[in-house]
This record gives sequence, structure tokens and C-alpha cells, in this order.
Amino acid sequence: MVSAEEGVSAADAPTIVELSSDDVLRARSEAVAQAGLGRKADHLLEVRNLSTHFFTPDGVVQAVDDVSFDVGYGETLGLVGESGCGKSVSALSIARLVPDPPGRIVSGSILFDGIDLLKLSPEDMRKLRGKEIGFIFQDPLTSLNPTLTIGYQIGEAIREHMGLSTKAARDRIVELLAKVGIPRPADRLNDYPFQFSGGMRQRVMIAIALSCDPKLILADEPTTALDVTIQAQILELIQRLSSEFGTAVLLITHDLGIAAGMCDRVNVMYAGRIVETGSVDTLFERPRMPYAWGLLDSLPRIDDVRGEKLRTIEGLPPLLISPPKACRFGPRCPYIRDVCREGEPELTARGSDGHMARCFATESDGWIA
Amino acid sequence: MATNTTVVPAGLAKPKAAAGPWREAFGRLVRNKLAVVGLVLVLLLLFCGIFGPIIAPWPYQQQDLQAIFANGNRPLPPFSPNHILGTDALGRDLLSRLLDGARISVTVAFVVQFVIIFIGVPVGAFSGWFGGRTDNFMMRLTDVFYAFPDLLFIILLSVAFRETAFGQALDGLLLVFVAIGLVGWVTVARLTRGQMLALKETEFVEAAKAIGVSDRKIVTHHLLPNGMGPIIVAVTLGVPVAILAEATLAYIGIGVQPPRASWGSLIADGQKYIRSEPHLVLFPAIFIALALIGFTFLGDGLRDALDPKLKGKQ
Repeated sequence: MVSAEEGVSAADAPTIVELSSDDVLRARSEAVAQAGLGRKADHLLEVRNLSTHFFTPDGVVQAVDDVSFDVGYGETLGLVGESGCGKSVSALSIARLVPDPPGRIVSGSILFDGIDLLKLSPEDMRKLRGKEIGFIFQDPLTSLNPTLTIGYQIGEAIREHMGLSTKAARDRIVELLAKVGIPRPADRLNDYPFQFSGGMRQRVMIAIALSCDPKLILADEPTTALDVTIQAQILELIQRLSSEFGTAVLLITHDLGIAAGMCDRVNVMYAGRIVETGSVDTLFERPRMPYAWGLLDSLPRIDDVRGEKLRTIEGLPPLLISPPKACRFGPRCPYIRDVCREGEPELTARGSDGHMARCFATESDGWIA
Repeated sequence: MATNTTVVPAGLAKPKAAAGPWREAFGRLVRNKLAVVGLVLVLLLLFCGIFGPIIAPWPYQQQDLQAIFANGNRPLPPFSPNHILGTDALGRDLLSRLLDGARISVTVAFVVQFVIIFIGVPVGAFSGWFGGRTDNFMMRLTDVFYAFPDLLFIILLSVAFRETAFGQALDGLLLVFVAIGLVGWVTVARLTRGQMLALKETEFVEAAKAIGVSDRKIVTHHLLPNGMGPIIVAVTLGVPVAILAEATLAYIGIGVQPPRASWGSLIADGQKYIRSEPHLVLFPAIFIALALIGFTFLGDGLRDALDPKLKGKQ
């Protein structure tokens, strides 16, 4: 497409035009790869023993309880589980955006590219947000400010973190809009969010998240508010851009189909804890925790008998105020035995490729093969 | 710079210039007949306030002694030659004095609302953004101001500062205006705080935090513009209150000093002749009423225009 920038600058400096799209991208991908070579840690993100609690009048809600996981450079990690299991709070904790009060990160460490985020000053953390860590929220309809233009909102992080000139910032905004697939980007800079459809707004949100070339994107249910056809486009876009830019993604979703299609590895969360983790292939092939079975089993299948009820997991997750010292899934588990009521299982290895599960029944001496 | 011009590929028409939420609100405003009436009245008042002395047939303090002498030392009635609205007992042209009064009312409208915005919005924004103990402290402070008897406070202030340079500024009017503003900011502060509290929980604020926008910018660029609608409405609807307060004060002799004329003091002067020369009271009263109606209609129209959700609830 012929945009004004290219048309006009062609007269001034044709060489710049030559570089404008794919070459710049390639250069950036190489730069990201270079940055990857100078890794400061084994993993981009190392979350260790993270606990985030909410101090409410009814008691302390242990929304995230002793959670540890890694996200490798350029890797896409899925965080799946039902509502209220601590997925979003984990992401908010990483960005240190947990609303305080009532929430607080009570213990643990979050190493991001070798830096402990929990030890940063609020000001240093602010400088990191948007620049190194992008965030895509669930609902693009409410995540954009209705009174500011799209161009302003995409430029916000760029101005805040990159110190570009007005013109350079504008060029970058147009480039980003083009990259996320907004037609005629130069014309739409001065449009307001209400002039965009839901899917287009989520594209804008992705442009904002990518605006400063972050190393990590936290995507909190990025497609939940969108209809199915748009979902596919948005997911494809996130996948394409993250591999293009070499960005790692922490994808939060309750949709196992999305996790299977997008992620390299998946963490299953339940009641504030990680209950199973592994590569997509092994976890979906051979889940080692009844909760993960339940999740997989509750997906409607194309060969289901018509008229048959959809399968569910009976019961509700436990309240996270003073959770029991037992398997948290126990009350809903069809395979429960006394040992599950007497203590909580640890996250232990199942096989050699990093597949781990938190279940007595599937351990080597367990009662499920 | 040529970079802003847009070459549109053939076949793709450039869409109409982007209509922002503000422009859209203005569109709704001008479609509302009452609001347009209000807007016209307000513009008329502004015009009189700014160009009053130029369009006035006489200087407001000049006495036409011959004319009243010819009338048996009585105020001239309306539609007299040279004095379309008549004169007061001293032979001063009533229309010219009303136009000077318009100037005072316009000044009231602006100075008072400026004081109110200048104090109310920052207090409310600060309070609402920080919340917690700061909020509590600030709100108790505004409660104190709210509980204070307005008129007493204004009279006290104008007496206390009458002799200072501040008290003398603008013929002693500035003091009165500031005093009216000082008792009026509480409403705007509370409103701003409420807006802040509601808006700071919105997702776009969280999204702004997530890209590292500083607190100050979040308040000034994200919260205030979104909360501006009700504040604009409150300020517009506060104008008639301020005009009325000034007229009331002038009526009891506080504020404007002779020979200047506020609409309130014109009524006070005219009431001596209310039986024989009712126009001396009637015309200032009509001017006050029109000004109040104008701002009230405009304020109501703005409310409908800025918050379309409320519409249809009347």
C-alpha cells in the first residue's frame, strides 16, 4: 500500500523508503536474536515461590500461593485454569500491578532478565513497564481511553520510554498500526476508539503492547471478549509478531484449545497453585493430574453424541481463605484416597522432559497408572 | 511539513475528519433547542459584558440633569427620547447602567468559576487519586468549608480585607468574587473526587499503568478529560448561582460601590420608586432572570450533551 510517508519521502530520500518495512523488521529480529545471545539469565522470567495475598475484611485470600515457573527467551508459556485460580493475579504480580490495598505480594522473587522486579523502586518499575514488559488486557473495549486518539495512546509508551522526536514517534506509530493489520494506518491516527471495532481495538492494544519492543508480553485472556472468528485472527497476530520480534509471551487463558495452538509449554493452575506443568505435547497427550483430565474432558468434541450433556467437573474450587492442608482438588476428584486428605502433594516430575504434576495418584507408587 | 498530507490510494476515499467525543457532544448540544436558547443568551451577556461601555448610549455615571428637571425631578420613564429604558432618579441612563452591570455579572461568572475550578479540581483530583488517609483528611476539610454559613463568611471576608490592596482591586469586586468562590469550590471538589474514584478503577487506567505512564500523566491525560463532562456542567450551572450571590450581596450593599452599578444594587436603588417607576426594578430583574435562564439552559443542555446516557430520563 502506498502511504503518504513513503510517497513523500521517496522524493527526499529514496533509500529510507527501501528500508521502511521488511528490512527494518529483519534487522530488528536480528537485534532481538543478538539480545538473546547476551542473556543475563537462563530464563527471561524466573518466578520463584511467588505468593500474592489479598487482605479482605473476611480474611486473607491466598490468590497466588507459592507459585514458581520460568518463561524462556522467546517462549510462549500458557497459564490455564478456571476463573479465580490465580492466573490473572500471577500476571499482575509480575507487572507489579496488583491493586494495593487490598492485594500484596507477600513473598517470592520475580527475576526478569536477571533483575529482581520485587526489589525495584516503584519509579524503576514504572520505567520497565511498557518498555520491557507489555500487557494485553482482556477487554479492548474498556482498555482504551475513549477521550484520546488511537495515535496518542499508542505513542504514550513510545514517548514515555524511547524519547523519540514527534516525527519519529509518529512514523513508528504508523508502522506499528500497519504491522498489526490496521488498514490505512496513517489516516487512522487521529481516530478515537469508538471508531474501531472490537477486533481492531484489540489490534491497537497489541500495537501498544509491542510499541517499545518488549522482551515479554503478558496477555491476559486477550481473546475472551472477542467473537470466535476474530479470536483466531488476533491469536495468529500475537503468534506471528512475537516470533518476528522474538518476544516471549505469557498467555493466560481458560481455553485449552488456544493454549494447545499457541504455547510451547503450559502451566495448569488450580486454587492459587500450579498443579501441572509440561510441554504442550506431553501435557495434552498424557495429563498426570485429574484436574487437567477434567479440563480436557470438558471440552466439547466433534464426535460427541448429539443431545448429550456437556461434561463438567463437579463442585467448586475451594475458598482461598485458609485453604486446607490437603490436595486442593481432592473434594472434586473422583480418585481421591485418604492420603489426599492428609497432606498436600508436591509438584513432582513425571517423565524426563520437565513434565511435572501435583498428585499422589499419578506418582510412581500411585494408584493411577 | 509535507508529511502530514495524505496521499490516498485511488479508490479509497479519505474518511471525514475524525469527530472526537467533544465534537460529538457539541453536535448534540446544538441540536437541543433550549440549550441553543441558553447559549444565545449567554453569548449576548458576554457581548454586553465585553462591549457594554462601547455600545452604551451614555457613560453609566453621567447624569442627564436637564431631562429629569424637565420631568419634574422624577426618573424618566422607558421610551423617553435619548433614554430608551428611562433614567434613574439622578438622571443616569438605565440601559447604560444595566450594560455596566452586565460587565460585573460576566466578571462574576468568570472569576468565581475560575476560583472554584482552581481550588476544587486539584483538591478533588488529589483526594480521589491518592485515596485512603489523604482522601479522608481532604474531605473533612471540605466538609468544614461546606458547613460554614456562606453569606456570613463572605461578609466577614469583605469586611476584614476591605482596606487592603486586594480589597480595593476591581472597585472592591475582586474580594467579593474570591469570597463567593471560596464558599463554592466544595461542590466541584466533591464531584471531581467522585469522578476520580470511579475512573481510577477503569481498565484504561490500568492499561496506562501497564505501559508505565506516570501518575501525574494518568491524572491529567486520562482521568481528568474523562471526568470533565460533569465538572463542566457543574461549573456552568454554578455561574447563575454566583451571579445571584453577587446580586444579593450588592442588594444588601456589599461589593460594588456607587457610582458603579450591579444589577443587584440597581434593584436596591430602584425599589424606593417601585410604585411610581416600576421599570427601575423591572429591567434589572429581567436582566438577572435572562442571565440565569441562559446559564441554566446551557448547563442542562451540556449535561445532556456530555452524558447521553442520562438523556431520556427527564
